[in-house]
Amino acid sequence: MDVLIFLIPVALLLGLIGLAGFLWSLKSGQYEDLEGAKYRILQDDDLPDDPAR
Amino acid sequence: MTAYERDWEAFVTLSPEGEAHMDLAVEGVTCAACMVEIERGLSAQPGIRKARLNLTSHRLAVDWTPGESTPDQVVETLSRLGYRAHPFDPAQVRERADSAGRELLRCLAVAGFAAMNIMLLSVSVWSGNATGIETETRDFFHWLSALIALPAAVYAGRPFLRSAFAAVWAKRLNMDVPIVIGVTLALFLSVTQTIQSAHHAYFESAVMLLFFLLIGRYLDHTMRRRTRAFAENIAALKAETAVTILPDGRLREVPLSKVEPGEHILVRAGERVSLDGTVLSGRSDIDQSLVTGETALASVGVGDPVYAGTMNASANLTVAVTTASGATLLDEVTRLLEAAAQAKSRHVQLADRAAALYSPLVHLAAALTFVGWWLSGAGWQPSLVVAISVLIITCPCALGLAIPAVQVVTSGLMFRAGVLLHSGDAVERLAEVDTIVFDKTGTLTLAVPEVVETAVLDDSARALAGRLALSSRHPLAAALARATQAEVPLPDAREMPGEGVCAEVEGRELRLGSATFCGLPEAQVQAALAARPGASLLVFCDGAETPVPLLVEQRVREDAAETAAALRQAGYRLAILSGDRTAPVAAVAQQLGIEDWQAELRPADKIARLEQWAATGARVLMVGDGLNDAPALAAAHVSMSPVTAVHVAQAAADAVFLGDRLAPVFEALRLSRRARAAMAQNLWFSTLYNVVAVPFAVAGFVTPLIAALAMSGSSVVVTLNALRLRLAAGSSSERV
Repeated sequence: MDVLIFLIPVALLLGLIGLAGFLWSLKSGQYEDLEGAKYRILQDDDLPDDPAR
Repeated sequence: MTAYERDWEAFVTLSPEGEAHMDLAVEGVTCAACMVEIERGLSAQPGIRKARLNLTSHRLAVDWTPGESTPDQVVETLSRLGYRAHPFDPAQVRERADSAGRELLRCLAVAGFAAMNIMLLSVSVWSGNATGIETETRDFFHWLSALIALPAAVYAGRPFLRSAFAAVWAKRLNMDVPIVIGVTLALFLSVTQTIQSAHHAYFESAVMLLFFLLIGRYLDHTMRRRTRAFAENIAALKAETAVTILPDGRLREVPLSKVEPGEHILVRAGERVSLDGTVLSGRSDIDQSLVTGETALASVGVGDPVYAGTMNASANLTVAVTTASGATLLDEVTRLLEAAAQAKSRHVQLADRAAALYSPLVHLAAALTFVGWWLSGAGWQPSLVVAISVLIITCPCALGLAIPAVQVVTSGLMFRAGVLLHSGDAVERLAEVDTIVFDKTGTLTLAVPEVVETAVLDDSARALAGRLALSSRHPLAAALARATQAEVPLPDAREMPGEGVCAEVEGRELRLGSATFCGLPEAQVQAALAARPGASLLVFCDGAETPVPLLVEQRVREDAAETAAALRQAGYRLAILSGDRTAPVAAVAQQLGIEDWQAELRPADKIARLEQWAATGARVLMVGDGLNDAPALAAAHVSMSPVTAVHVAQAAADAVFLGDRLAPVFEALRLSRRARAAMAQNLWFSTLYNVVAVPFAVAGFVTPLIAALAMSGSSVVVTLNALRLRLAAGSSSERV
C-alpha cells in the first residue's frame, strides 16, 4: 500500500493541472464563441493576428 | 452622403496602446461563410488590426489604428458586403464581459474537480469497508477528502451563500437557505466523523451537491444572458441616435444617452422623434400610432409637445429636449408603469413556492428524527448523525435543477419560434393564461402602412405616382412608393411641407398629397373613407384629370385571423383594447372574429379593464407595442410585444416576438403550457424521491453511497425529463 503515497498526489496533481487548464482557457476567452469556434477549425488561412486572443 | 457629421467617439473605446476598438451588432449573419467573409473583408481594409465576429452573439469586435481607418469605413465595408451593422452604445451594454457567468463557471470547475477527486477516494473507502480496509488508510483518505472538500466548498459555495444570506437578511426563505444549511452540516458532520475515525464521511455528498446545483445555476444564467444579448443587438440595430444642433449650427449624430435635456435636436421628415421635447420651429404632422394607438396624423406647431417613438411625417422640426417630467402623457405612463411593476413583484415563482413549502418540512423532519432517536436512547451524537443524513439526502438537488433545466430547454425552443423571453418565470405565467388581450395598432396590424389597392390607377399613372412618391419621406408616400415598386424619382419634384409633392411631366402638373392640395372635394373624401374607416387618404392628381383618392392603411398581420382562430380553439378568450378610433378597431375586430373589443382607451382605461378581468380571476396575456400599452403590459399577468414596439413597451413586456407573423404568440403559449407540465412533473418526481428516501434516512440506513446514488440519479432524471420537451417539439415543429 506504500505506493499510495505516490499515486494519490500524482492523481491529484493531474486533476489540478486539468483545473488550471480550464481556468486559463476560461480567462483567455476561449468559451466566448462556441458556435464560431467549430467552424474556425476548418478555416485554412488564419487571420494575420493570433485569433485566439 | 450625409449632411451631418457622426459622433462616433461615443461608440469607440481607445486601448492604452492607442488602438481604437468598437463593438458592432451585425444583421444577416447566418452561417460560417458569413463569418469568414466579414472577417476577411474587413482585414483587407488598411488600418484594421483585427476583426473578429462572434457567431454565437452576432457581434463583431473591430480594432484599428486611429487615423488609418474610421468607423464610417468599417460600417461602409460591411454594408458593401451586404450586412447591416451598427455599433453598440457602450452606455447601453452594461455587462459585456459576463463576469457573473465566468464566476459561476469557475465555481463549477472547482466543484467538479473536487467532486471527482473526492469520489475517487470515497469509492476506495466504500469498497475498503467491505473488504477490510486498515483504519489508518481510511482516516488518511478521509483527511485528504477534507483537505480538498473544505476549500472547494468555500470557493464554489459563494453564489449560494450570498443569495441565502440576502434572503435571510430580508426575512425570506429561498431554495439556497436549505442548500447552505445542508452543505454546512454535511461538512461539519464529516469532519467530526473523521476526527473520530468513523466508517463514513459525507464529503462527496456535500461537494457533489454543489456541483449539480451549480450546473442548474449556470444553465439558468446562460439562458438569461443569451436572450438579453440578442435584445441588445436588436436595440443597437434600431440605431437609436439623435441629430443634435450645436450652438454654431453644425449637426452631429449622437447616441441617445449622450443627449442632455435642453439641447436642440433636428427631426427630419420621415424620421422617428427620438426624445421627448417641445417644438421650437417648424410645423408638421406627427404619426402617433406607436404612442397612442391613433392611426390618424396629428398636426403640431411651435410650442407643442412631441413624444419619443412618434413619427415625424411631413416637415423638418427643431425640438428642444425636455425631461420626461415635463410631458403629461409620459408622466401618466411612467406613474402607471411604476404602480404596475410594484404590483407584479407579488407574483411568486414556482421554485420559490416550492422552497417555501419544502424548507420548513425538511428541517422539521430532521429535528423530529433527532428527537426521536435521542428519546429512544441512542445518545445525542448518533442521533445527530442520523438527523444530518436526513438533511443531506433531502437536499434539493433535483429541485434545484427541476425548474432551470425546463426553462433553458423552453427558452431555446421559443428562440427558434421567434420569441425572446426577458425573464425565466415568464414561462410559468404564460402557461397560466386564459385571456389574451391585443392592442390593435402595430400588434394585430403591421407597424408599416400599406396601400390598400392601386388598381384604381392605370399602369402609366401608377408608375408616375410611385416615382413622384419617392421624392417624399412622408410615410403615406413611402407606402405608395413601395406598392408601385418605383425606383427612379421624377426630376424637379418639389415637396411642400405638410401638403404634398408636385412635379411637371410633359407639360402636365402632377400632384400627390392631401385632399385639399390636390383639389379633391370633401364629399368624395368622405365617400372614399366610408368603405375603409381606418385608412388614411392620399390623393394623386394628373394635370387637369380628376384627382384619384388612394387609401393607405396598416394591414392586419398576414396570419392574424388564423392565429386568432387557433387561439380560440385552444380555449383562450380574446379581446382587443385599443387607443385608436372606434371605426378602425371595429373593422379589425370583425375581420378576426373577436367580439370583445373597446376603442379610444387611455392607458389608465386599459389598466382598469385589465384589473376588472383580474378581479374575476382571469389570467391575462397582454400583447401590445405602443407607449400607451406599456403600463398595461406591465400590469397584465404576463405580456408580449412585437419587435417593432417602442423601447418602453419592450422593456415592460416579458417576451418579445420577431417577424411579421402573429403565430409566435400562439407558439409561445403552447410551449409554455408544455413546459409548465414538465416543471410540475419534475417537482412531483422530486417530492416522490423525498417520500421514498426520507424514511430510509430517518431509519438510519443512509450511507454516503446511497446518498450519492440517490442524488445523482434524481438529478439525471429531472434533466432528461426537461430534454424530452425538445424531442416532442422536434416532431411537431415541422407541422407549425
